[in-house]
Amino acid sequence: MPETTTAPSLAPPSTPTRRRTTSNGAALAQKYGAGALLVGLCVYNAVFTPNFLTAQTLLDVQLRQAAPVAIVALGMALVIAVAGIDLSVGSVMAIAGQVGALTLLSGAGPVAAIFAALLAAAVCGAFNGALIVRYSVQPIIATLILFVAGRGIAQMLTGGQLQGFSDPTFQFIGLGRFLGIPFPVVLMVVIGAVLWFVVRYTGYGRTLLATGGNESAARLSGIRVGRVKLVAYVTCSTLAGLVSLAVISITSASDANNVGLGIELDAIAAVAVSGTPLSGGRISVIGTVVGAVMLRLLQNTLIARGVSREVAQMVTGAVIVLALFLQRRTH
Amino acid sequence: MINTFAERTAHWRLGQVLQRQGALLALIALIVLGTMRYGERFATGYNLSSVAGDDAKYIFVALGMCFVIMTGGIDLSVGSVAALGGVVAIKFSDAGLVPAFAAALAAGAAVGLLNGILVARYKLAPFLVTLATLLMARGAALQLAGAKSAVASATSSFQGFANADLFGLPVAFWLALLLVVAGAIVLHYTSFGRTVLACGGNEDAAALMGLPVARTKLAVYLLSGSLAGLAGALLGSQTGSIDAAAGKGWELTAIAAVVVGGTLLTGGIGSVLGSLVGVLLLQLLFNLIVFENSRGGIQISSYWESVVRGAFLLAVVLLQVRLTRGDKAQSSA
Repeated sequence: MPETTTAPSLAPPSTPTRRRTTSNGAALAQKYGAGALLVGLCVYNAVFTPNFLTAQTLLDVQLRQAAPVAIVALGMALVIAVAGIDLSVGSVMAIAGQVGALTLLSGAGPVAAIFAALLAAAVCGAFNGALIVRYSVQPIIATLILFVAGRGIAQMLTGGQLQGFSDPTFQFIGLGRFLGIPFPVVLMVVIGAVLWFVVRYTGYGRTLLATGGNESAARLSGIRVGRVKLVAYVTCSTLAGLVSLAVISITSASDANNVGLGIELDAIAAVAVSGTPLSGGRISVIGTVVGAVMLRLLQNTLIARGVSREVAQMVTGAVIVLALFLQRRTH
Repeated sequence: MINTFAERTAHWRLGQVLQRQGALLALIALIVLGTMRYGERFATGYNLSSVAGDDAKYIFVALGMCFVIMTGGIDLSVGSVAALGGVVAIKFSDAGLVPAFAAALAAGAAVGLLNGILVARYKLAPFLVTLATLLMARGAALQLAGAKSAVASATSSFQGFANADLFGLPVAFWLALLLVVAGAIVLHYTSFGRTVLACGGNEDAAALMGLPVARTKLAVYLLSGSLAGLAGALLGSQTGSIDAAAGKGWELTAIAAVVVGGTLLTGGIGSVLGSLVGVLLLQLLFNLIVFENSRGGIQISSYWESVVRGAFLLAVVLLQVRLTRGDKAQSSA
């Protein structure tokens, strides 16, 4: 998404022309690098993997596996756009999952359970946001608090016991299908589309990028910077809560010890390979989804080719470094 | 607010003492409380020795992290590097104690060097660079371990090291203390230490003054990786095996300990001894919960441990915010 502002050029005309072509090439690589890799992986698999180009493989395996990380990564992209970071998403997922499962088991009905889980997640986001906005705590440290304490809170809610349940309406979030498409994939597409629209065409989107780009300038031009950041953190946590409902629905149980474990790193990696710098002021909604799907497909492809999970993990690390190098060229 | 100068100075001094020594005061208070409540069993003998042995590896990691954070950076890879160091050490453990630790040190230094080059030479974001090497190092560790856990032979001198005692405390703990003291001396009395703080305070200004910013940053990541590798070797010698989960989350424990110890995450201000106190304090909380449970009466579930740690971190962070705001008001007044 082009958010580049061009400063008036004072340099001799020959230099900018040359620089523009090279930086355009690098910018292209940065913008479409993840997408190109995704297309490359798809072509490779279409040729070498039997049954890859079937609805079942693409929708039920690849996209459905990528959807949870992609949705969390979308929230993360919002937070990163305001120059923040949210390490607590995994712990928030554990809390939301427990709250959802417990509400459901108390017999309150699926709608109440979903509502309660999302509310719990939103409260977590408000806690993060309040620390960062009201007390100017650094985002890494502020969200580290809930990262450390959150999973413990989730475990305490039930003494670490697995909460099994069975409720088709509730589990639609994870297991349902809409027009034959797995519901988590539908959620990913819908949330991605909404965010894309919000970032591009609404006042909030503009204030979001202005806040991340230059907070003091944004504040001086009358933007309520604190509120913008708070909304970003609450949205990020709430999306994590929603994902946790999908995750516990698929397993028919809420496991506070494992739900969302390590997802913060996957989500940050997805944003990073989309070419978005952590310094804020930029967001690429489509790039983030592409990044999450690409990283998942990369892992699956390598593992399917007999590469061990461990080596696949190392390749993911290398891809992140590569994305950082591409970013560096354009700055 | 009407404050006399004297009042403000007093508040400032108290504030500074709290920020610098708050963790130490809390640590002393908890030790006194523990000793009064649980008697001699708590502060002596087996418990003291096992807690100190446990703490040693976190002290290694936190020491490196402290230097990295003081330059304004962060090292997320330490947990994975520790796992890698542990696996490598176990692979070399049949050759003896020294080769095992040297190999772990080399493995950790290699990852630290990679971090350092990417951050210092190519100016990539430390958070993402070390996130990438977190994945790479853990992948390498699991690959080397053969997807199962790496196990050392129980009779090797490698495992004996974990039980080696000196004046009732594990040798590893003394080693960690020695390194911390050395780190504090380096920070306060060498030009390297001053450059570390200058980089974190204002990198551009440090570069303009002609300080070797890139070399210094490279050095702190190298140090952090090396210490993490050693910590992994120590874990390997204590447990005899390194599995897939080894060292997971150590980076966040270390960051928490460093912050609790009074080092600002923005860089430029830090305390090596404070980081030591931070580790001891956070680990002691866990030990106290174990003792409270063994005493009978109320049962505190182990899940409280993380909640208490989180609450503690919250308190420290809010305190730091108050104090730094006070400082700012002071300087603008």
